[in-house]
Amino acid sequence: MLDKCVNGKYDILLAGNPNVGKSTVFNALTRSNRHTGNWSGKTVDAAQGSCRFNSCEFILTDIPGTYSQTAVSPDEEVAGKHILYDRGDCIVIVVDGTSLERNLNLVLRISESTNKAVLCVNMMDEARKKKIYIDTDELSLQLGMPVVPVSARSKKGLDELMQAVYDVVTGKRKCFTIKHRYDEDIEKAAQGIEAELNGRDDKRALSLMLLDRQERKSLSEHFGICSTDELKSAFENADALTERYNDISDRINECTVKECERIYKLCVSLGNENYRQNDRKIDKILTSGKTGIPIMLLLFMLIFYITMVGANYPSEWLKSLFDIIEVWLRELFVKYGADSFWTGLIIDGMYGTLASVISVMLPPMAIFFPLFTLLEDLGYLPRVAFNLDGFFCKAGTNGKQALTMMMGFGCNACGVTGCRIIGAERERKLAVLTNNFSPCNGRFPTMIALISTFIVGSVPQPFRSFCGAGILVGVIALSIILSLLVTKLFSVIMTKSNAESFILELPPYRKPQIVKTLVRSLFDKTAKVLARAVIVAIPAGALIWLLANISIGGSSLIESFTSVLEPFAGVIGLDGVILAAFILGFPANEIVFPIALMIYSSSGSMTDYESLSELHNILISNGWTIITAICALIFTVMHFPCSTTCITIYKETKNLKWTILSVIVPTLCGIICCMIVNLLGQIFA
Amino acid sequence: MKQSPLITLDELDIGQSGLVCSLPHKAELKRRLMALGMIAGTRITAVNKSPCGDPTAYFFRGALIALRRKDAKNITVAVSGIQ
Repeated sequence: MLDKCVNGKYDILLAGNPNVGKSTVFNALTRSNRHTGNWSGKTVDAAQGSCRFNSCEFILTDIPGTYSQTAVSPDEEVAGKHILYDRGDCIVIVVDGTSLERNLNLVLRISESTNKAVLCVNMMDEARKKKIYIDTDELSLQLGMPVVPVSARSKKGLDELMQAVYDVVTGKRKCFTIKHRYDEDIEKAAQGIEAELNGRDDKRALSLMLLDRQERKSLSEHFGICSTDELKSAFENADALTERYNDISDRINECTVKECERIYKLCVSLGNENYRQNDRKIDKILTSGKTGIPIMLLLFMLIFYITMVGANYPSEWLKSLFDIIEVWLRELFVKYGADSFWTGLIIDGMYGTLASVISVMLPPMAIFFPLFTLLEDLGYLPRVAFNLDGFFCKAGTNGKQALTMMMGFGCNACGVTGCRIIGAERERKLAVLTNNFSPCNGRFPTMIALISTFIVGSVPQPFRSFCGAGILVGVIALSIILSLLVTKLFSVIMTKSNAESFILELPPYRKPQIVKTLVRSLFDKTAKVLARAVIVAIPAGALIWLLANISIGGSSLIESFTSVLEPFAGVIGLDGVILAAFILGFPANEIVFPIALMIYSSSGSMTDYESLSELHNILISNGWTIITAICALIFTVMHFPCSTTCITIYKETKNLKWTILSVIVPTLCGIICCMIVNLLGQIFA
Repeated sequence: MKQSPLITLDELDIGQSGLVCSLPHKAELKRRLMALGMIAGTRITAVNKSPCGDPTAYFFRGALIALRRKDAKNITVAVSGIQ
């Protein structure tokens, strides 16, 4: 290439419908690692990354997907704002090659407002498999912009895409917009407004948008007081026109849809009309009346089963590895003559907590999370929302809450952020409030440990994990029921708003890239847990050790603390130690159980444990009964969110009261449930 | 063949298809449906009911979209009698 662009730095926006693979294109181009999934609404915020091409630097912005420029929910607002006002030097519109017709709608609307655009037809490999043939030359002609076929997942066509982007930003290739696709009234009205917007590049697009009441409203908010006289009179003109032609915005939309239909018919031919048959067959099994819910329960049981069985081995390996290191560390400390304070603080406190977080908590998390990601990539999550929507409807809320709930199983902070896909504020707030009822990845290991040691401990092995998985599913079902009840309660209390309509796209099933997904999310999760373990577990371990070893008035601080909690903990079937662990574990749920173990062992009754089965002995010798275990299990599912989640709730709602409520509600539910279990336990014991 | 009767979308049987005649009046819902490509004259097929009986998944413009009954009630569809 002769022409070098020195200092060439261009801003590129990736836009498109939800679930067309924008983030996959983004990852492939920038070598980033954004989370992707096969469902609408996976990406809810914008992200930036850069890539180099022809010695120019391109700053790419990946935004949430949207069906139109006008926002209905907060994630679409992010997208709409970028598309309208922050396009950068070129906008890359990503579409799904397997459902081009629907996608063209947004393409046409965007193409009106810019002449620096490239169409990226993604998922070409899949389209080819389904015998969908796309005439990209004709499409390029019809749309007036370069069209590049891409398979982002297998990284095909990316160079061609960047070449097209390069050509457009450097002005080598000009886009053009084909006009006159609206009916006479619209054209006349638009031209009237255009006349007042002379000099603006996007006058046609702007005038068409002004003819739509809602788009006009958001435009006037954007232009605000800085609007010029021309703009003001254009707004007034548009106002009058929409009064005259009441349905003009509908007619604009209708014309766009018809134009899409025309272009689609011209450019796409189907080699196999029935390419969706397989999906239908799978849907019949996964979402029908008889089999939908049982299969869903079985699938989750299977995942938990694999997690429970699989986690045992690495857990034991890690434990013995940490023991070896501990012995070595102790020798080292003795050799250099460290005193007992430093040995205790560093080895017993910091190292001990770190070791137990990693050996007990990491393996289940690192197994569960990748399996869950597989389901997500397959396209199963929206089906869960589809299956469960009936219950959510009865609870007076949006079915998308099922999706955010599912995300909560991965991480509650992510689940709370994910609530942006819900448009109506009232329903979004309810989803935020109840998200903590889904036990996150950081709580699963505790639940698994409690269930497998206490509740099914006496069941012989191959069945033990199986029963355990069943009980875990039961506990989760309980938490879902409670979150629905809470939602119902609040939706009755809160004033009824204009409830958002529920529109959920069920994407085609996609074969996950099994090995890649498993390996990547395994490493991803492991790295995250390790980082958190270092950041949170080490200071927490030091703190606990100090609390356990500084005594005032004959008893250590931790003893005083737990004995203060003891009476109340007794009422809800716990003991002071585990309740203290929940409180001290506020920074991260992963450290709750390790903290409890640490406090027990620091009080001297037992110092070390070899495997999960010995946990049982530690806990029994500290007065645990089956009731304590059940209550601890319930309290693990239902207690205050971790600090990160609390901060996220505040960020998302900008409402301190609601954040406090989100702390109180699950805790209160947990306390009530534990009290009931404890009471029943005392009656029957 | 019987004359095309007008029914509401939620009355469409599973597997049956029809042509959309009118969209809901609620502005927001209408806007969303139009963005998905639903206008008067669009062919729509009821594909699958959720285990609870509501929502139902409909197929139009190459995509599968789930709608609740209360929303589907506001969409009218023309069906061609008995096939």
